[in-house]
Amino acid sequence: MRGVGVIALIMAITGLAWLPQPVAHGSIQEAVQSDAAGESETIYPVCRPDTPWNTSIFEPQSPPAHTIQGLAWLVLGITAGIFVIVEGLLVYSIIRYRRSKTDDGSDAVQVYGSNPVELAWTIVPVIIVFTLALVTIRIIREVELEEPPEGAMEVVVVGHQWWWEFRYPELDIITANEMHVPVDRPIWLKLESADVIHSFWMPRLAGKTDVIPNHVNHTWFQAEAPGLYTGQCAEYCGNQHANMLLRVYAHPQEDFEAWVVQQQEPPPAEDSVAAGRRVFQQYACMNCHAIEGTSVGTFGPDLTHLMSRDTIGAGVAENGRESLLAWVNDPQQVKPGCNMPSLKLTRQELHDVVDYLLTLK
Amino acid sequence: MTVLDQSRAEPALSGSSSLLLRLHSWIVTVDHKKLGIMYITTGLIFFLVGGIEASAMRAQLAVPENDFVGPEVFNRLFTMHGTTMVFLVGMPVLLGFGNYLVPLMIGARDMAFPRLNAFGYWLFLFGGLLLYYSYLGSTGLYGMGSAPDVGWFAYAPLTAKTFSKGNSTDYWILGIMVSGFGSITTGLNLVVTICCLRCKGMTMMRMPLMVWMMLVDGVLVIIAIPVLTGAQVMLLFDRYMGSHFFDTEGGGSALLWQHLFWFFGHPEVYILVLPAFGFVSEIIPVFSRKVIFGYPLMVAATVGIGFISLGVWAHHMFVVGLPPWLNAFFAASTFLIAVPTGIKIFNWIGTMMGGKLIFKTPMLFATAFVGLFVFGGLTGIMLACVPFDWQLSDSYFVVAHFHYVLFGGTIFAIFAAVYYWYPKAIGRMLSEKLGKWHFWLMMIGFNMTFLPMHFSGILGMPRRIYMYDADRGLDLWNMLSSIGVIFQGLAVLFFVWNLVRSYSKGEPAGNDPWDAWTLEWSTSSPPPDYNYNPLPQIRSRRPLWDQKHPDDPDSNYE
Repeated sequence: MRGVGVIALIMAITGLAWLPQPVAHGSIQEAVQSDAAGESETIYPVCRPDTPWNTSIFEPQSPPAHTIQGLAWLVLGITAGIFVIVEGLLVYSIIRYRRSKTDDGSDAVQVYGSNPVELAWTIVPVIIVFTLALVTIRIIREVELEEPPEGAMEVVVVGHQWWWEFRYPELDIITANEMHVPVDRPIWLKLESADVIHSFWMPRLAGKTDVIPNHVNHTWFQAEAPGLYTGQCAEYCGNQHANMLLRVYAHPQEDFEAWVVQQQEPPPAEDSVAAGRRVFQQYACMNCHAIEGTSVGTFGPDLTHLMSRDTIGAGVAENGRESLLAWVNDPQQVKPGCNMPSLKLTRQELHDVVDYLLTLK
Repeated sequence: MTVLDQSRAEPALSGSSSLLLRLHSWIVTVDHKKLGIMYITTGLIFFLVGGIEASAMRAQLAVPENDFVGPEVFNRLFTMHGTTMVFLVGMPVLLGFGNYLVPLMIGARDMAFPRLNAFGYWLFLFGGLLLYYSYLGSTGLYGMGSAPDVGWFAYAPLTAKTFSKGNSTDYWILGIMVSGFGSITTGLNLVVTICCLRCKGMTMMRMPLMVWMMLVDGVLVIIAIPVLTGAQVMLLFDRYMGSHFFDTEGGGSALLWQHLFWFFGHPEVYILVLPAFGFVSEIIPVFSRKVIFGYPLMVAATVGIGFISLGVWAHHMFVVGLPPWLNAFFAASTFLIAVPTGIKIFNWIGTMMGGKLIFKTPMLFATAFVGLFVFGGLTGIMLACVPFDWQLSDSYFVVAHFHYVLFGGTIFAIFAAVYYWYPKAIGRMLSEKLGKWHFWLMMIGFNMTFLPMHFSGILGMPRRIYMYDADRGLDLWNMLSSIGVIFQGLAVLFFVWNLVRSYSKGEPAGNDPWDAWTLEWSTSSPPPDYNYNPLPQIRSRRPLWDQKHPDDPDSNYE
């Protein structure tokens, strides 16, 4: 017995020691580049975005999420009632019918069953689940629309390993990872996938809907208040599933229109960054990334208005000079396993191309 | 009722002192009892492996933005954990109990097909080893791989050659396929044994409830597993022969895989829980000193669960965009299955009421099973409400739900069964003291790990993410979950130590240590190779009750 105690204690201590130390939030990840010329290594710090996350399904800001919350409270109420009754009976039996210390050791009175009692606990559950089924079916019909709601704006969502592409067919805008929408207008999402199954989940706006290759799905939401809504891919889609984050920015109508105008303009062609543009075109960048007027690649995110976004890499880093240097230098350091390779640029090329990217407002 | 002299039970070979000869006798055995013990032991070893994988995952998730393991390792960990626990722990341990107990409970000398039985065990073992060999073998020429990382339900098209290079997915397919064939033979064997080898007087309606559950379980195995095997063959065709069943790039359907997988996968859940219901239905009456309440309704509920479980599979697919009427159908069928399950819960509580409850370790685990399973069942009702499921599906809420039913349910029932039948199989009692340590540590650890997961799910944490940002409100819940693992680990140590120590030092059990009523307690502990001589003859559901109370036998009431 003592042996077991000692082993247990050792296990507990090693178990605690084994728990890894926390990494401070917004901490510096280090991306290291060693130059071809053998110069000293340069460290590019990367910052994870310090976003106020709120993805509680009980703080809805959109009609489908509100409806679901209503159903959730109903179901929670009913199941809580059942829980209290059943566990109460169980605990009551445990306490009340425990064999007493003074018992003579004889068996209990044998009761083989009771038809009325058994009939009761068959019929009552049938009534409960019948009610729940009716409510569920009504709410399915309310939330799962087969036609876009009146006055909706369509956004095409394309899931990629491990980022999101958003296309606004009516506005001729393509962007990535950060969706901008007007408040109080239904948004009708057409969900498509370029590779494997993903799932579009914005807990405060709507339930999740899978994004399936070769199978178009639809879902919708209508943001009720301006602000940033967060979410992420909810269906395991491979290596970087955890870092396939989603942002929806809801704007008042006029702000949204300003965003649209800005997105529709072609990026400025500044001569000062011609060297960077040349690097972009010379190397493999342009095979995957589109920049209006420069390249038409479609495997990676459209970079035409890169600098209008708050984050890069589907939310893994704050957008900015430092993060871009780290990312372009070696994306595998920032988001291990992602599909963008390190291009082994020299330091000069790296700085040139990042300077160019910084002009893509 | 015949009680046998144990000395006659030992044939020359297994009595030999030579280790090699004893090992040989285990390898060539076709005895259902030895095979049952082999199934359970192997399954428990895999349980330790799967538990270590889970602990590593919880270590990674204990704090936000952790880098204890990287994404590749994490993805392999949860794939192997899920696959191991379902295919290499749940099924073999439960079917192992079926193997060991069914012939004893129905008064037979062995399973109907003893050699097929041995074949099934070896297929399971080598299937499991093949799966784990992937850690070494699947690297291959591509420099890709190591263990599979596609999740235990391996959704297409993540398993296509394009997205899963190397051979890791092939190891998943083949390992599970091989052990799946083993399960099919066992299912078949159970059904035939129960139909054909019952002793004199044992009509269907006199079988112990455990045997009923194993019968339905065997039927479900035969129906469900071939569908998975077929889907896996199709997947192999896709990967190596250029077919396009699930290959979306070639016009295939990703949803076809999901339908086929869950047509297997949902009955599988009931395959994993029906035998647990069986254990509990045997243990609760004995430790309540009272006959099971409402035997006929329990049988009806079991058969009902068996049928309904074949028509609920798409409730795993509420988020894939099924048309509303299909969602409605599967919601309704899922709600329906709550009715027979509820009946079972009420009948167990009905059995306890008015009884004289004795809380030995098997009863502790069986009672905890009822309590935890109710909780898991109620979160299941929430998940059946389709629109609510659109929020909860694929979140940690679901992880919490299925651990309440499969861990708080099945694994707790397995612990109860080990404590209850170990004396029969080994001839010695497990230590009550160590058993109570095991129980309470497990109870604390289990709830500390899985209760907080409901909250992380509601707060928007998807499953299968290897890291999460700080300041999402998830830190506390994840830390609690991870600390709970330490308690569970300690509990398992107590369990293993108890099994090992009691093997040589436990109190001698005698034939009938629990004063029980089913047939297996009438023979010696451990039973002789031929179980019974002569074969028993019974007149009621509780032959030993009749023997102990000749003045008031059960047969008067059935």
